[in-house]
Amino acid sequence: MLKIKVYGPGCARCKETEEIVRRAVAETGVEAEVEKVSDIQALARAGILTTPAVAVNDVVKVSGRMPKLEEVKAWVDRRL
Amino acid sequence: MGQTGTAGGTAAGVAAAEYRPHSDAVWRSLIAGAPLLAVWWLVYRQLAPLAAWVTYGLLSLRAGRLARSAEFFTFEAPKVLMLLVLVVFGVGVIRSFFTPEKTRRILAGRRESAGNLLAAGLGVVTPFCSCSAVPLFLGFVTSGVPLGVTFSFLISAPMVNEVALVLLFGLFGWKVAALYAGTGLIIAILAGWTIGRLRMERHVEEWVYSGLASDQTQPDVRMEWADRLRYGRRAVREVVGKVWPFVLAGIAVGAGIHGYVPEGFMASIMGKGAWWSVPLAVLIGIPMYSNAAGVIPVVQALLGKGAALGTVLAFMMSVIGLSLPETIILRKVLKPALIAAFVGIVGLGIVIVGYLFNLLL
Repeated sequence: MLKIKVYGPGCARCKETEEIVRRAVAETGVEAEVEKVSDIQALARAGILTTPAVAVNDVVKVSGRMPKLEEVKAWVDRRL
Repeated sequence: MGQTGTAGGTAAGVAAAEYRPHSDAVWRSLIAGAPLLAVWWLVYRQLAPLAAWVTYGLLSLRAGRLARSAEFFTFEAPKVLMLLVLVVFGVGVIRSFFTPEKTRRILAGRRESAGNLLAAGLGVVTPFCSCSAVPLFLGFVTSGVPLGVTFSFLISAPMVNEVALVLLFGLFGWKVAALYAGTGLIIAILAGWTIGRLRMERHVEEWVYSGLASDQTQPDVRMEWADRLRYGRRAVREVVGKVWPFVLAGIAVGAGIHGYVPEGFMASIMGKGAWWSVPLAVLIGIPMYSNAAGVIPVVQALLGKGAALGTVLAFMMSVIGLSLPETIILRKVLKPALIAAFVGIVGLGIVIVGYLFNLLL
């Protein structure tokens, strides 16, 4: 099962990113656990410098901008 | 997993690197871009006569206050927007070469002075949003970027930005834009250096230095030229898409002032004669986070009514460089003493710049 983390301390774009990720998971039907990480210390430990950021299985896929739905689908689908 | 090795990074890169790199995309962009640029230039050259034609021909206004305001708006609004699109695109392409990760690597372990200089310079070209100020601060100081050097970056990044520079260039000319950029960098360098000298590390929240250092660094994303152009286009969509209403509103208010506020009206309030005008302008400017884009045209119109340039520059710097929301966010990692030092030192620097220009010009 994929573990997807959405990093963001609570900005509007971070929430939107979480929604995009959840939708991508739902639409591809991939088994994945989506977690929103808003704790700053956790952000720092993960080495995130700019938010929003998304990591799939702890590999940071995007940082500093909102991903597109299609992008997220490609990340999660490739591992099937 | 990770077969493409594109983990991380800002930018188009992530998605883009998954497309096959094709250099003919560059040629296609160039071939499409050159005529676009030529059209841009032709239109830009014709904006003044166009504005006059709209005002006196199309709207058939008689020369007077209303006509002065209308001509100002129909000239300045398209001019500033066209400049914005071009410059934001160019800066976007430049920024695709600089990620916060790369900047951090360059700055880590730097000594002060040279580090402050470098940090202020990198602050201009590294993509930065004040919403990421805290994670960026953490990432910098925990990986060995000195506190003062980090501050030089955090001061110059918002203050010397392309939108402010375009507006200053468009409405005041290149000299004022260059003065603003130059003095903004100097403030960032000196204020960061001063904070470093003051040894304020103990005024950073304790948990910051306690074993947060992350060994997770994000590898660089390989970007093709096509990706960089895409990055520039996205910058235009995001930045211009966000600021244009403020720019138009600002220019509209400015146009009103142009036509209707009497000459010399501002001389008594924001003129050179009033010594208190500079600190007052800075104080008013700090809590204002109105998109700077909307403030500059208003201020430009005031300048025409007798406000002094130094006062105006100080006002703009404090609006853009010291924002209340950013200091509130930074409170999560900085203790009040350091926040106060940061605001105080930068504010003082801005006041000095204001006085200096009122004296010199």
